[in-house]
Amino acid sequence: MNFTFLADEAAGFWFPPAASTFAEQVDFLYMAILWISILFFVPIVIAMLYFMVKFRQRPGYKGSPEALHNTPLEITWTVVPTFIVVWIFWEGMIGYLDMARMPDDTVDVAVTAVKWNWAFKYKQNGAESTVLYLPVNKDIKLTMQSRDVLHSFFVPAFRAKRDVVPGRYHYMWFHPTKEGVYDLFCTEYCGDNHSTMITKVEVLSEEKYAAKLAELVKEPEDIVERGKWLYERKACKGCHYAGADGAKGPGPSYNGSWGKQVPLADGREVKFDENYVREAILNPGAAHRKGYETASAMPSYKGQLKDEQIDALIAFIQSLETAGAPAK
Amino acid sequence: MGRCAFQDPISENMTEVAAHTDGHDHGHHDHPSWLAHHFDDAEQQFDSGKLGMWLFLVTEILFFSGMFCAYVLYRNRNPEVFEFCSAFLNEKLGAINTGVLLFSSLTMAWAVRASQLKQHKLLVGMLGATLGCAAIFLGVKSVEYTHKWSLGLLPGRMYVAQMENGYHSDVDYLTPLCIAPAVLTVLFALYYVYSLVIASKFHQRVAGPLLVAGLCFFGGIYLGQFIEGGEHHGDSHGAHADAGHGEHASHDEEHAKEAGSETPAPAEASAASSDTGVALVSTSSGPLHDVAVDPKEAAIPNAEVNNQGMAGLFFSIYYCMTGVHAVHIIGGMLVISWLIVKAAREEFHSKYYGPVDNVGLYWHLVDFIWIYLFPLLYLIT
Amino acid sequence: MSAVTTPITAPTTTHDGATEHHYLNHSSGFLSWALTLDHKRIGMMYLAGILFAFFLGGVFALAIRIHLWNPNQDPDAAWLTNATYNRVFTLHGAIMVFLFIIPSIPAALGNFLLPIMLGTKDVAFPRLNLGSFYLWITGLIFFAYTLFSTQIDTGWTFYTPYSIEAKSAVEAATLGVFILGFSSIFTGLNFIVTINTMRPPGMSWFKMPLFLWALYATSIIQVLATPVLGITVLLLALERTFGIGIFDPSLNGDPVTFQHFFWFYSHPAVYIMILPAMGIISELMSVHSHKGIFGYRMIAYSSIAIALFGFLVWGHHMFTSGMADVTTIVFSALTFTVSIPSAIKVFNWLGTMYQGTVALNTPMIYALAFIFLFTIGGLTGLFLGALATDMHLHDTYFVVAHFHYVMMGGTLVAFLGGLFHWWPKMTGKMFNDPMGIVSAAIVFVGFNLTFLPQFVLGTRGMPRRYASYVPEFQSLHQLSTVGACILGFGLLVAGLVLLHSLFYGKKAPMNPWGGATLEWECSSPPPHDNFSHPPAVGDPYDFANVEYDGKTGGYYKKKK
Repeated sequence: MNFTFLADEAAGFWFPPAASTFAEQVDFLYMAILWISILFFVPIVIAMLYFMVKFRQRPGYKGSPEALHNTPLEITWTVVPTFIVVWIFWEGMIGYLDMARMPDDTVDVAVTAVKWNWAFKYKQNGAESTVLYLPVNKDIKLTMQSRDVLHSFFVPAFRAKRDVVPGRYHYMWFHPTKEGVYDLFCTEYCGDNHSTMITKVEVLSEEKYAAKLAELVKEPEDIVERGKWLYERKACKGCHYAGADGAKGPGPSYNGSWGKQVPLADGREVKFDENYVREAILNPGAAHRKGYETASAMPSYKGQLKDEQIDALIAFIQSLETAGAPAK
Repeated sequence: MGRCAFQDPISENMTEVAAHTDGHDHGHHDHPSWLAHHFDDAEQQFDSGKLGMWLFLVTEILFFSGMFCAYVLYRNRNPEVFEFCSAFLNEKLGAINTGVLLFSSLTMAWAVRASQLKQHKLLVGMLGATLGCAAIFLGVKSVEYTHKWSLGLLPGRMYVAQMENGYHSDVDYLTPLCIAPAVLTVLFALYYVYSLVIASKFHQRVAGPLLVAGLCFFGGIYLGQFIEGGEHHGDSHGAHADAGHGEHASHDEEHAKEAGSETPAPAEASAASSDTGVALVSTSSGPLHDVAVDPKEAAIPNAEVNNQGMAGLFFSIYYCMTGVHAVHIIGGMLVISWLIVKAAREEFHSKYYGPVDNVGLYWHLVDFIWIYLFPLLYLIT
Repeated sequence: MSAVTTPITAPTTTHDGATEHHYLNHSSGFLSWALTLDHKRIGMMYLAGILFAFFLGGVFALAIRIHLWNPNQDPDAAWLTNATYNRVFTLHGAIMVFLFIIPSIPAALGNFLLPIMLGTKDVAFPRLNLGSFYLWITGLIFFAYTLFSTQIDTGWTFYTPYSIEAKSAVEAATLGVFILGFSSIFTGLNFIVTINTMRPPGMSWFKMPLFLWALYATSIIQVLATPVLGITVLLLALERTFGIGIFDPSLNGDPVTFQHFFWFYSHPAVYIMILPAMGIISELMSVHSHKGIFGYRMIAYSSIAIALFGFLVWGHHMFTSGMADVTTIVFSALTFTVSIPSAIKVFNWLGTMYQGTVALNTPMIYALAFIFLFTIGGLTGLFLGALATDMHLHDTYFVVAHFHYVMMGGTLVAFLGGLFHWWPKMTGKMFNDPMGIVSAAIVFVGFNLTFLPQFVLGTRGMPRRYASYVPEFQSLHQLSTVGACILGFGLLVAGLVLLHSLFYGKKAPMNPWGGATLEWECSSPPPHDNFSHPPAVGDPYDFANVEYDGKTGGYYKKKK
């Protein structure tokens, strides 16, 4: 058993790396509560063990059953914890209000959660990505929406978390303080591949961030490349695998189907062609494939993709077949 | 719970009870048949039953409170939807049902009194009247439900109503709904005839109220259809002329007018209404044409409200609340029937009337919930 | 009462040759159990049922831990597919919560003990009691149906909108929960009425054993909170069948409303699970310390306080759900109010041991393990009640560890302690005490090894309900899995000790531990009607007259 996390010098035993302004506050309160807890727990256990030995039943010993009540003692152990929890509550509230109070001048990113991918759109220039790129030492504001079920945005290194609820926008903000690459998790259970709904946050210096955004905004020229580009960004990748090995994901794989007859859940057989793919993207319920009846439902992309984007996706799917061994 | 046992004014009961309880210890052979072996005396049994029933009523209130909370949340969020939709509920029928239930509460309370006083015949009669009222209520409710189904006023995703378009399903929902009550009524009638043949007073006392209740259900159906104005008979959706629908339509008209004048017809809203492809503008010779506003403008509030997420949600809440209430009515009818059997056996007396009293409490609660439902759903405007 | 029961003509004989009638041999045959109105038999049937459910849930728990031995980042190499894993953890949670923990102490031990502790013949409504049991069985059948069809993969919380679109047997599971809810309501109702109206003369409220106070507080919650769960799952089932839209954002419904409805029940339900456990510990600490309970009134009041405050804190499950800031802060403040009565109880239990005569036998060892584990569970609640830290810890393994410390380290361990404590009363057999202590020790070690690493996992950011995880978490996960296997082994030993006693155990004396409550004043096992004469009611925690008798190996109450 190797304790890899102990080797991570960026973090101690307890915490992941601290990379936002919230980390200090949260970690302080955490350690404070931890010590308070130890302060209560250790005496309780010592007293328990001591009483166990000292007052154990044994020949020649008889306890005295008088100590049944001690008002000063009882008041003490009611009042002292009360003051302590009031302090804990207060500290927690102050920290929470910091997290809830949105600063004015922010770098805005729109977050879309859809089973089981994160998609980020940068307000600055409209660039899109699946890894969250952020500039260091800036207030970041996320405007989050879900296209299907509940998700939750969680970056342990930032000590920040917020649920993403379909049908409304949720906002959160934080202030990254350290360049680096951090984990981003979905922490609200969202179906089959919940545990793969993870990506990275890359905190970059301001110059690198600007360069990255400029690079991201460019859509590939080639239609197949653009299809692949969309495939990765529009959350297709999470369910429909495009690997040559035909790995079975939560949804039907793309390769090995083009031009063939495929069975549908309602018993029909249709040809896997442009029309079928288009129908499956815009109206997934009507094109439900046999064998995927218990898979989580795919949301419709009606209004989410432009016609030429659908064309590009079709070209990409078609290319998987004609190229023979496409990349995963 | 105070231990205030009912003080019985009738001396013959006193002696009877005394005979049962005097000088006995806890051996259960000595218990009278109506006193369960683990209770010490009638008072303890009565108090237990009463407290148990009150606790059960508390759970019932909390059960409904979930739906009342949903009602408050969504009405608070979209008050205009509730106003728009409540106009489709026939408040005359609602009022009749309220009256019927109130009357049944009276008969139920009378039944409790009769059971204490050993007025067995009166008790059966009162329980029968309560049962009959419940059946009338359900009959009227059936008409209301099926009428709405045929107009497409269905919950949530099933909501298909396009009022101005005169959506009307020709499916007859009412007849299938009547099959089970009809079969029951026939069975009750046969039972009654059988009881006459064997000349059993007990069976007559049971079968009579049941048969009456069965017939009451159809009385309720008739009453409902009479007031709903024969809209089920197919010819109305083109004409819009008859009284019942006219009343509805005039409601719509008012809403359209109100909301239409409030909304300055923003471009995107009208675009949305044409986008949905649902012809929300009145195309028939409906009364909307009489209103001197631009039909498109008048239709806008409907476009926003007349959809599955808005009006559909209202009808979800409507069906859930009234449906769960109706299930409680049916449950109440079952226990009242059980009481009728016991009453026909003349089991109740001043020291043992707990079951009647407790069912009475339950029945008052069901009534009470309806008293809230009626204004909250029917009388919004 | 029951007409079908047939009294046995030749009752069993004990070693001393005397014939003995008790509830187990009162009548025989399948129907004499299936249609019994005797609270003791109903309690025993519940016990068998919930132990079966516990076994089932435990198998799923082990499956989870074994699956998480590897990070499973390559789904093809994982033991379970993601979809299967989701079903396994959902079934583990749902079975453990709805079929095991909630009914465990009230329905099994409570049913058996409540009337005896009250000195009555039965609960107020014996037929309703049997009805509750069959509702429980019906709920079990619904769950069995989901198990053999497409299972459930929504998590035990059934959060919408995933639960609306999930293609698994959610309807059957929600109806199962609905039915189990009514089983729970009727049990609670029965207990409240029994305690209110059937206390014997001389037993005032403050002469009641604390286990009864705990059951009373629990019953209040069961009666008041469960109906809301009932309507919530009913609406969810309707949502799936008719698309009513109340919780469906695509129809303008609000998923956060579902969370409010759900936790309005399910948070008080947490106290349905822990309050009876606290009641058991109060009994165990006092009886095995041979000393009256320290601060009786405070413990009694704190039970009721927890039950009432428990209704006001449901929002702390939703701090990240996007409630208004004010709401969030108020819920956080209210949450801390619940911590105080719980702390008071721990101190009182320690005070009970002070200057007592502490018998270190199996039930007491379990009770001491409870104090250790429950204190950790309670203190880690402070991290989650404080808003700033909860933002980080919410929905991570920290939460998982916290509620396992409370629910399992608390309720399960107390349940086992209570089971060992009253086992001689229920079955009339003594178990092997040293082996019982061994089982408690293994459970204790295994439990800590399973769940202590999960606190670290959670703090480091490991989200819950993950079928796969980033490799840095592997070593802690493996520690946890090793612990789970030890824990499973410990529970197996405990089960075997009890099973062994049924066949080879010595005959239990009337009062093997020296308790002063009424259940120790009837024979072990109790006769059909519990008491031939109504027992004299005294102080339930007055041990002054309880004397050991070497001949029977038990205690007796000296007549004053």
